[in-house]
Amino acid sequence: MTTARPAPPGTTGPAAHGAETRRPTPRTGAPTEQQDTNLQAPVQQDAIRPTHVDPSPATGAQSLVRSLEAVGCDVVFGIPGGAILPAYDPLFDSRLVRHILVRHEQGAGHAATGYAQATGRVGVCIATSGPGATNLVTPLADAMLDSVPVVAITGQVGRKLIGTDAFQEADICGITMPITKHNMLVTDPADIPRAIAEAFHIAASGRPGPVLVDLPKDVLQAQTTFSWPVETRLPGYRPTTRPHSKQIREAARLIGEARRPVLYVGGGVIKAEASTELLDLADETGAPVVTTLMARGVFPDGHRQNLGMPGMHGTVAAVAAMQKADLLIALGTRFDDRVTGDLSTFAPEAKVVHADVDPAEIGKNRVADVPIVGDAREVITELTAALRAAADGGRDARTEKLRPWWEQLERWRETFPLGYDDPADGTLSPEYVIERIGAIAGPDAIYSAGVGQHQMWAAQFIRYEKPRTWLNSGGAGTMGYGVPAAMGAKVGMPDTTVWCIDGDGCFQMTNQELATCAIEGIPIKVAVINNGNLGMVRQWQTLFYEERYSNTELGTHKHRVPDFVLLAQALGCEGLRCESKDDVDRVIGEAMAIDDRPVVIDFTVGADAQVWPMVAAGTGNDQIMAARDIRPLFDDPEAGGADEVPA
Amino acid sequence: MTTTHTLSVLVEDKPGVLARISGLFSRRGYNIQSLAVGPTEEEGISRMTICVTVDDFPLEQVTKQLNKLVHVIKIVELEPATSVQRELVMMKIRADASVRSEVLEVVQMFRAKVVDVSPEAVTVEATGTEDKLSALRRMLEPYGLREIVQSGMVALARGPRSIAAHHR
Repeated sequence: MTTARPAPPGTTGPAAHGAETRRPTPRTGAPTEQQDTNLQAPVQQDAIRPTHVDPSPATGAQSLVRSLEAVGCDVVFGIPGGAILPAYDPLFDSRLVRHILVRHEQGAGHAATGYAQATGRVGVCIATSGPGATNLVTPLADAMLDSVPVVAITGQVGRKLIGTDAFQEADICGITMPITKHNMLVTDPADIPRAIAEAFHIAASGRPGPVLVDLPKDVLQAQTTFSWPVETRLPGYRPTTRPHSKQIREAARLIGEARRPVLYVGGGVIKAEASTELLDLADETGAPVVTTLMARGVFPDGHRQNLGMPGMHGTVAAVAAMQKADLLIALGTRFDDRVTGDLSTFAPEAKVVHADVDPAEIGKNRVADVPIVGDAREVITELTAALRAAADGGRDARTEKLRPWWEQLERWRETFPLGYDDPADGTLSPEYVIERIGAIAGPDAIYSAGVGQHQMWAAQFIRYEKPRTWLNSGGAGTMGYGVPAAMGAKVGMPDTTVWCIDGDGCFQMTNQELATCAIEGIPIKVAVINNGNLGMVRQWQTLFYEERYSNTELGTHKHRVPDFVLLAQALGCEGLRCESKDDVDRVIGEAMAIDDRPVVIDFTVGADAQVWPMVAAGTGNDQIMAARDIRPLFDDPEAGGADEVPA
Repeated sequence: MTTTHTLSVLVEDKPGVLARISGLFSRRGYNIQSLAVGPTEEEGISRMTICVTVDDFPLEQVTKQLNKLVHVIKIVELEPATSVQRELVMMKIRADASVRSEVLEVVQMFRAKVVDVSPEAVTVEATGTEDKLSALRRMLEPYGLREIVQSGMVALARGPRSIAAHHR
């Protein structure tokens, strides 16, 4: 072994893995001075990320770990196993890459996603061949649909065994082809640095997404040469980030003419780090802003122009604004069916300006009058500049022109605010619990959620003021996303309070990662909104299946199986329970005070609370119900009133 | 309305690239009529000619989704009027001495070739447009079509320009 680096005095390999000494490097801290740092040389006390390494002998596995170090990876979530084992040996010595041993590969994948969503950096997960790799399928599909930059590294059986149905062999490149942005099987150890560099580049650039790198065991074991940097060779990959100026001018012209514009903002604006620029555009246009489920936080909820979330469980004001708009300015968003409802009746009077970094999204679901391909930040910046230069009377004239529109919007907003009633049976209201967590933890905290009612309530009743503070599985709707995503977010943002708002169904899918959190020192807080049921499915059964509750009761109330407090304790966490409204603030406060270990709170809440407003699946957005049997009548010009309509 | 388009696609010659493309077509519900692939003048680059039938979505969605594949370098739609489009067919026709000369006459008329002959059969090779090849088939079928194999369409734009010239 010529390549093992001596550990600094006083540190042994294993000790270097302690959580205390292995804080992730901040994004801005990427070293640039040490141009000549050679990995071969003994490193100083503060490990320096290499930027230039002359060709030096290494095993494939060493080449992998050095590539990860060089590309800026500071943490990987994973589990070792046969085929990936060679990689774990040099990983043991790395002082730049912290490995977090998860309990299930799905946890590794969602943790990488949570890390990426919270920090904006590429999240990395690692698994062995066969079942290890296939356990990454769900998180990869999840990251694909939510455009999250994730790199998955998988072991593969040795090259000679590929295709022989060998032990723990799975064609993971074939399996993940439709659910990754790209994937690659590396068959030459010399290609490892380039594969890693390309994987990170593809994952993070353009429309972000997951990339899988499959590494046969003998490729990891082979002798090769490592050098850095490497030249990427991607002749077919050239994302367009610079918008066309003619399209920008045309969009600005439409905005100048619009009387009922809406800024329809999606997760792409968060990924483009464009929230500041969005504030300017909102100010310049005076238009209302709706933020999709993936975009909550990119525009402050406290801002007067924010109408909230559109879509199936959006606010009446946001849904109505889009339905009645004469111009939708869609930014980094994809007209998902949960936003549009029935497409043929969606925003029927609106012209559409659609800006996205992925050209395939433009015109996919809704024809765009002005298509703009480009990075959301560049688009928004140029659009604002074009508006400032426009001869349409400027900001004040535009604002003045929108006065009748705002009067209408304010009527909807005032008549149909988000709200909830305390359950008639005296049980604890889940919405209240979530609202209080948001109020107490505040807008600086990060919130992740599972999928279902609690997710919608968390999107509705927590006020988000900053981007990257709301993490959820929007596109795939992956139950079980919450706990591991919170874990990943906390690793990436160790000084930020991270709450997971979970359901009792979701929590039972991935809570094993609390053991990881307890042992690795990742003190997340989990609020299990325990209604004893698969709540969202139950809601649909209530509304559409004549209250026939087929297989939605989980027994977490009736039998208290599992007992979440005991389960939390068994997993090395603090376990708390809260069953009454009077205790909510106190218990949240207790959880906030604990910072040395993860906390789980079992909020035992009523089973009958429902998520409203709601656009039933398959219907048009005009059919939105503000609450059960309450349908706003938008067509009444004096609208603002509601009318009882028969269910 | 169903229409067929011919796409010429330059791809990196990497393992799995055909699976990536055919997988994309099947999972997005696009209908491939034929697909032909082969090497190009440039090492490491293959060229696919894909005939795709499109009904209720625009061709644009197909090309945009194809373009998202990292190994796809360039896509050009070839219009029938401004390109040369050819298919290759081989047909084994039952033809003993009594009808062989008639068969050969048809073969000559279509500027096809006999590539194999035996006492009972001839194998005919022909290239051409889909129309020409089906006409040939209609003419030969009455003698007895024992076997047929047909390639996917390949196509090149007319004129001096190359689609590959601009991809770098």
